[in-house]
Amino acid sequence: MRPFTYERAGNPAEAAAAVAARPEAKFISGGTNLLDLMKLGIEHPAHLVDISRLPATIEDTIDGGLRIGAQVRNSDLAAEPRVRARYPVLAMALLAGASGQIRNKASTGGNLLQRTRCAYFYDRNMPCNKREPGSGCSAMQGFNRGHAVLGASDACIATHPSDMAVAMSALDARIETILPDGGSRNLAMDEFYRLPEATPHIETSLQPGEMVAAVTLPPPPPGRQIYRKVRDRASYAFALVSVAAIVDAERGRIGGAQIALGGVAPMPWRATAAERALGGSGSSEARMRAAADASMQGARGYGHNEFKIELAMRMVQSVLTEAA
Amino acid sequence: MTEETATGFAQWPLGNGPIGEPLDRVDGQLKVTGKATYAYEQRQGGKPLYGFLLGAAIGKGRITAIDVSDAARAPGVVHVMTHENVPEQGAFGPPVVPNGYARPRPVLTGSAVQYYDEPVAFVVAESFEAARFAAGLISVHYDRQPGAFDLTADLSKAYKPEKLNAGYETDSTLGDFEGAFAAAPVQIEQTYSTPYECHAAMEPHAALALWSGDELTVYMSTQVIANARGALAATLKIPVEKVRVVSPFTGGGFGSKLLLHAEPVFAALAARELKRPVKVALTRQQMFANTGFRPMSIQKLRLGADRQGRLTAIGHEVWSHTARYEESAEQTAVFSRSLYAAPNRLTRHRLVALDLHRGEWMRAPGEAPGLMAVEVAMDELAEKLGLDPIELRMRNEPAQDPERKVPFSSRALVPCMREGAASFGWDQRNPRPASVRDGRHLIGIGMSATIRPNAMRPAKAEASISADGRVTARLDMTDIGTGSYTVLTQIAADTLGVPMDAVTVLLADSRYPQTAGSGGSFGAASSGTALHYACRALRAKIVEAARRTVGSPFEGAELTEANLANGEIQAGNKHETLADLMPLIAPDGLTAQGAAEPGASYKAFSQYAYGAQFAEVAVDMDSGEIRLRRMLGVFAAGHILNPKIARSQLLGGMIWGVGAALMEENVVDPRYGQFVNHDLAEYHVPVHADIPDVEAVFLEEQDDKGNPLGIKGIGELGICGAGAAVANAVYNATGIRVRDYPITLDKLLPKLVRNDREI
Ligand SMILES: Cc1cc2nc3c(=O)[nH]c(=O)nc-3n(C[C@H](O)[C@H](O)[C@H](O)COP(=O)(O)OP(=O)(O)OC[C@H]3O[C@@H](n4cnc5c(N)ncnc54)[C@H](O)[C@@H]3O)c2cc1C
Ligand code: SF4
Repeated sequence: MRPFTYERAGNPAEAAAAVAARPEAKFISGGTNLLDLMKLGIEHPAHLVDISRLPATIEDTIDGGLRIGAQVRNSDLAAEPRVRARYPVLAMALLAGASGQIRNKASTGGNLLQRTRCAYFYDRNMPCNKREPGSGCSAMQGFNRGHAVLGASDACIATHPSDMAVAMSALDARIETILPDGGSRNLAMDEFYRLPEATPHIETSLQPGEMVAAVTLPPPPPGRQIYRKVRDRASYAFALVSVAAIVDAERGRIGGAQIALGGVAPMPWRATAAERALGGSGSSEARMRAAADASMQGARGYGHNEFKIELAMRMVQSVLTEAA
Repeated sequence: MTEETATGFAQWPLGNGPIGEPLDRVDGQLKVTGKATYAYEQRQGGKPLYGFLLGAAIGKGRITAIDVSDAARAPGVVHVMTHENVPEQGAFGPPVVPNGYARPRPVLTGSAVQYYDEPVAFVVAESFEAARFAAGLISVHYDRQPGAFDLTADLSKAYKPEKLNAGYETDSTLGDFEGAFAAAPVQIEQTYSTPYECHAAMEPHAALALWSGDELTVYMSTQVIANARGALAATLKIPVEKVRVVSPFTGGGFGSKLLLHAEPVFAALAARELKRPVKVALTRQQMFANTGFRPMSIQKLRLGADRQGRLTAIGHEVWSHTARYEESAEQTAVFSRSLYAAPNRLTRHRLVALDLHRGEWMRAPGEAPGLMAVEVAMDELAEKLGLDPIELRMRNEPAQDPERKVPFSSRALVPCMREGAASFGWDQRNPRPASVRDGRHLIGIGMSATIRPNAMRPAKAEASISADGRVTARLDMTDIGTGSYTVLTQIAADTLGVPMDAVTVLLADSRYPQTAGSGGSFGAASSGTALHYACRALRAKIVEAARRTVGSPFEGAELTEANLANGEIQAGNKHETLADLMPLIAPDGLTAQGAAEPGASYKAFSQYAYGAQFAEVAVDMDSGEIRLRRMLGVFAAGHILNPKIARSQLLGGMIWGVGAALMEENVVDPRYGQFVNHDLAEYHVPVHADIPDVEAVFLEEQDDKGNPLGIKGIGELGICGAGAAVANAVYNATGIRVRDYPITLDKLLPKLVRNDREI
């Protein structure tokens, strides 16, 4: 771990300005991801701006949604009565992630910005375009059982590991930021995350010093909310595939749905093609099958992760069946 | 003192003292209050320096240049060691030596890299953080050479080792295996593979070394004090008497702390050079490559049977990896020589030398991977025969050890299977696979036999009683979390007829009498017997002193050992506590020694502990996720010293078996030779949620052939067969046989019928 200096930010604007002022500064919140990466020499900030003690609030918005401050702990968010009542898919996703201890530390902002679990990214001796741009991708021809089947590029096939973000994507969450100049931006999930293309080391559209301030959820859409996570052990494992869905169904007939997938792409993957297929004509049965197939349109495996394509389709179908 | 006769050991009468009681751990309070001092927490010698290892970035090749100048200049750094400036050490020697435990294990021996993450430099600094940072500043240039990292790719280069671990014969044959197998009306011929696995002990390997003149003391995490001591002395080229090794608490070993690894050597070399104590711990990531692992195995099983299910031929052939520079030959098929009857038999072990680090004994080396093949093959045979798997095993119950042709000291496989079947509800199992559903889940039940050799190794112990009547036992046995402190306290208290709290057991210091330490499930039998004998001898001395001392109330009395009980000497209507009596009869206290040796009965009898394991799993038809629902192990392992502690040992082993069946795998990247998943986020072991309901029970068993306490080893018993029971349950649930462990959902999915389809 590289030696670093540390300061505790007094308010969000100050924090953003402090990070922007130094080229090698980073925010630190719960530190559950950043500190691990620093110890391994994968991240090497020279300066840390601690934002973990900034206010952590959850507020109702005027349109009937919820505004979740970036410092809200994963465990607090999962336990929040308004989340449990109106956004159960989010509570389920949070509780499916990590462990009780980690959730107690992990923040909403940090969770969105946690980095991939690709094992080659974690081993400094291995070529990795994300860690060291231009060095190559070890996973492409290596052990890629956990890797992406959608949205990957020739430069990087890593997945985004978050569960929380998958539920947020299904819920049409938006991300509110604070810029170093005091301004702010409001981004859709698809605008916030960036696909790897030729620059897998750039994972979001955040500018230097720009800080995640909050996540806003619109009022919950009608329908049953489900989060299903498929993993190699019953707890404390990242998703091989996960599905967050809000399914509008009445007595076995499916109306619309909002579906996002985890574990399959470099970002939480909104399954818009599946949603469209579900909105088509035909029996519920047929439309569910079409949605499952559509969810993996354009998917490509790299060897060990080939099974994720079949698995994701099965899971989309399974979740829709459960909701219907 | 030994009490062995041609037919076994005179048995110590049980039931009068704490042996057999489900007592809490005597060190439990220390542990839960954080007062049990582990190696890295030791503070002897004042403020230490901290070391950090830098591992090789390649799997095979040579260091062409190493530049440590930036590291050496970094703040807090006091020393950087590489192959260019490492002090002289003993030479490692050839791949096979008579006693590998005691051989020198030098570090930084040259520019050659033998395995990925092998230490190439060692930084010593005023803090751990400074050392780690500086290690990252070292620039190493390599000439990378192609290595052999893939066991399956190199099977044609397999060779036959001279001997296996623990001195077992490499191969065995009986009758005409090939002929009998070919002629058998019912055959099973299948290949199974088990992956590299990591011990993943909770406490990382760590050491603190300090010198006083030419005398070295090392506080370290180890299972066997004598191994560490001998190898350290050989490596440092100093007399063994000049080395003291201390390890009062070890946070799990599972076989990964039997051998000396690099960290105590580095600590000792640096501490000598810098004249300050040096402390080193491996990081969790470094443990994967540097502290041994279970070798991968490929196992070919051939079972031939008549139509009644009597085995006519058993063939078990194994291919495993070994390091090129040091041979390690896991005894994977050895138990097959004993488990079932059959007139024609074959076992073979072959090794493929790879450019990986050496494999090391991991909980139940041999049986753990071997039973995952044999007991699944038996399940496959039962299905082919249309026989119940338990019935098949009963039909092949041998009357004596089938290859050694000696009697079993005791063998309770059949009672264990019967008892387990009854309490688990085996009769509810539907023999037709994939026929039991619970909503989205397929439910299956499986079982396996359990077998694990009972062993004893030479051990010595000392017991003394002071003038105040307190007893102290000393031996270099370790407690690696298994409960040694507790069971040895029970043995001493029981043997001497004193209460538990009158006894202090001091362990794991090379100043104490030498034992074989913790390993091979021989710890309790070996150290326990030695301590029992020491206490017997001490009893005799106390009695003798009481009779002989002028003015003693028992002067001249007819006393026997039986007169010592409840902390008193009793004779006729006289009784006197030891605390009152000792100042008179032995004001300086008394001390006695004891020694245990494996004797004639180990040769005359086939000695194993047995069990039967049962598992129920649920398989999600949509995702293929396999989850254990419940598990039961029934074991017979002689007298149980402490049922509470023994149960924990067995449960732990069974949980390991669940992990081996369903999730544990160290993946080697055949391009580079590294373990791809090398932390506990990616190397999966079962967590609480994976283990909803497991139980271990013991059947009573009398076996006087192993030792005077009638005990058998249990540390590894639980894992033996546990994985196979789970694997057989998965098959019963799904009708899909995965022979390539671990059984992960991606291996089931292609054939798994979906929930919304008819089955
Ligand atoms: C063993 C293990 C298992 C895990 N399993 C799961 C799992 O199953 N599912 C899952 O979803 N997650 C899992 N996690 C990941 C965990 O959820 C994240 O580590 C956590 O959410 C990160 O939050 P944090 O506050 O600790 O982030 P930090 O480590 O503090 O920060 C992470 C990154 O975000 C940046 N950052 C933090 N806050 C802000 C902000 N407000 N604005 C801008 N940048 C910011 C930091 O600079 C840093 O780059 C696991 C983690 C571990 C260690
Ligand atoms: S997948 Fe991405 S993170 Fe993994 S090795 Fe390739 S470039 Fe690096």
